[in-house]
Amino acid sequence: MTIEKTKYKTSDVVDFVIVGSGAAGGILAKELSTNGFSVVVLEQGPYLTEKDFVHDEITVLQEDLLTNHPKLQPNTFRKTPQDKAKPQRALVYGRAVGGTSNHFTANFWRFHEIDFKERSKIGAVAGSTLVDWPISYADLEPYYTKVEWEVGVSGLANASPFDPPRSKPYPMPPLPVKANGIIFERAARKLGWNPFPAPMAILSQPRAGRSACVNCGFCLSFGCEVKAKSSSLASMIPLAEKSGKCEIRPNSYVHKIEIDEHGRATGALYFDEKKNVQLQKAKAVILSANGAETPRLLMLSASNKFPDGLANSSGYVGKNLMFNTGAVSVGVFEEQTNDYKGYAVSRILHDFYQLDANKVGFYGGGGLDARYDMTPIGFAMGGLPAGTPRWGKQFKATLAHNFTRTFEVFGHGTSLPVENNSFSVDPDVKDAWGLPALRLTYKDHPDDLKLAHWLADRSMELLDAANAKQKWTFPIDEQQFGVHLLGTCRMGDDPKTSVINSDHQTHDVKNLFLCDGSSLVTSGRGQPTMTIMALAFRAADRIMALAKRGDLSA
Amino acid sequence: MITELDRRKFLARGIAALGATWTAAHWPAVVAAADHAHKAALFPENQKWEFFTAAEAKEVEALAACIIPSDGTPGAREAGVVYFIDRALMTFAADDQKTYREGLPEIQKRVHELFPEVPLFSAATSDQQETVLESLDQAGTHTAPRRPRATFRGGTAAQPLFEVLRLHTIAGFLIDPDGDRKGNRGGVGWTLIGREPGHSFQPPFSAIDKDYPGWQPASSAKDADKK
Repeated sequence: MTIEKTKYKTSDVVDFVIVGSGAAGGILAKELSTNGFSVVVLEQGPYLTEKDFVHDEITVLQEDLLTNHPKLQPNTFRKTPQDKAKPQRALVYGRAVGGTSNHFTANFWRFHEIDFKERSKIGAVAGSTLVDWPISYADLEPYYTKVEWEVGVSGLANASPFDPPRSKPYPMPPLPVKANGIIFERAARKLGWNPFPAPMAILSQPRAGRSACVNCGFCLSFGCEVKAKSSSLASMIPLAEKSGKCEIRPNSYVHKIEIDEHGRATGALYFDEKKNVQLQKAKAVILSANGAETPRLLMLSASNKFPDGLANSSGYVGKNLMFNTGAVSVGVFEEQTNDYKGYAVSRILHDFYQLDANKVGFYGGGGLDARYDMTPIGFAMGGLPAGTPRWGKQFKATLAHNFTRTFEVFGHGTSLPVENNSFSVDPDVKDAWGLPALRLTYKDHPDDLKLAHWLADRSMELLDAANAKQKWTFPIDEQQFGVHLLGTCRMGDDPKTSVINSDHQTHDVKNLFLCDGSSLVTSGRGQPTMTIMALAFRAADRIMALAKRGDLSA
Repeated sequence: MITELDRRKFLARGIAALGATWTAAHWPAVVAAADHAHKAALFPENQKWEFFTAAEAKEVEALAACIIPSDGTPGAREAGVVYFIDRALMTFAADDQKTYREGLPEIQKRVHELFPEVPLFSAATSDQQETVLESLDQAGTHTAPRRPRATFRGGTAAQPLFEVLRLHTIAGFLIDPDGDRKGNRGGVGWTLIGREPGHSFQPPFSAIDKDYPGWQPASSAKDADKK
């Protein structure tokens, strides 16, 4: 059945224009349109579908089929505001309908209660702007459940003694276990830890016209050609389009939010495919452009009325960026594990979710997963142990032996919010549309680096208990590259230290809403998409309540 | 260069290394490839190249074959890596054209410096070729492994030909053979590393998960162990 796609004119004043079609934008589009509101989604990337999702590592990883392209959109990096930023690829995000949810790993951990009130629990942390969320885990719980059931998450409820309370079990059982999960589970139990089946946003059973996972092995960084991965594209966008009230407009690169003399948003200015400037009019504007592009768009929308950037009276737009701490250890085993088959992660553990700062000497916590997320070329370039020749017979022999006998233990953890860690606009470098490029300033809080080493030590202990023949940890350095783009327009009750309120409404512009990774107040323990999606479901409810009360009309 | 002895060793080892089923299914092709590999080049005289001259192609093939040799199992040569690189330089790696065009004569210069009697890299013995590559490889062995994704995505800074050639050889050997990049011909690269062909698999994936009884809470798992 072909669905006649809804089209709006740019001159139509639609109820909502949403910038971005990813984890948050896709859900907001679906929720608002299926509740009768007219919606235009402006997506800077193309509208790809399953037939475009190849397994060719060059097309996907080198030519950026699904992601931001460094030639079109260069960025710069510096460690501190005192440094001059230099061009350097510092971030990857999804640039296609579905956004980053097309290519994520699909680890779907809920945040725990502690993530929302950590500041109250542990007090101030020197060098960090750590605060509590204005909402609690209980406020978000119904929406986590909604993600699991509507977007599609496979898992086993109450399998971890550390799990927060839940109102419903998972809608589907866990995906089939992988050898790395079994090895991880046995070793962790030897150490007295509590491994459990990983909750994954991948279908273990056919659901809603989508296939169950076929275990192709090209998962992280790749789009799913059978719609098993629960991207916005597979799960939400079709429902939004089916409502007859939503147009997804790809190749539409928004560069300014229009504001009238009363300080209200009236629409979004964007470059269409031919680089002509268009203005889509709307009663309200929602930015779900990700934790880098949402703050950049606010800064590009500076005007006489908002000289420091739109909705930036706090000065916090773009600041408090959190990447999540990560440490990756690798083990080589005697037996073949064949972990190249299947999705990435089948077992995780949360024993270290809340570390006691008095005992370990730093703030933070995290989780471990067993995974295999290396595809063949990537494995050959970076998956072999130190000391392996880089070419010739011995290189070939090691490659041939190790590919089916290697997996990683990945430690994921907190990043503390630090005011200097930020996205801003570069004063010199421009993108292919002549707009100022993103400038990243980032230097891990010292506690984050301590946590990374601590998690790596646990991973190495685990690999030891698992009788790995060889094991090592990838170097832990100050991060200069991020994929989790969190906290840059954070939520809060105090307009001086936050950009949006708990309804995702900007403190400064009443009909402008922000919802994506930028909304997060803390970083969680490294798996943010589940929370971004839950926030989007909740934001839709809040925004519709305001709209029905008439709070959004001029 | 594959000697008769190497070839026999390969035939003997093949069954154990690759698994009987695979070998049976691919036997004729593998033998043909191994037989063919001792020839200077697999491509026909009148091969039309998109970027390389015929002379350049011959050198690139020899260089790639030194990076992933045909030492009893198929290597870069049988995977058609030179065809992959030729196309790469007209597509995703167009920025590297200059690196090849200017780098290949530099490599020949190095050959003359080390072995004045040898006219071309492709004419050198295997030992001589390895000596030349050793002199070009600044990094030596993997000293500090980097997370693969970051490595593969790489920077945009100009790299010496050896590094580009190494990446392109590996990519041409291991790329998805079902695409149109012309690499990993016949899936020989994936076969070597033990990746089964195809894009859909069903569990069990290995002997380890075959015998797994299913997840149990820690307490019942302990009980099960006692029994």
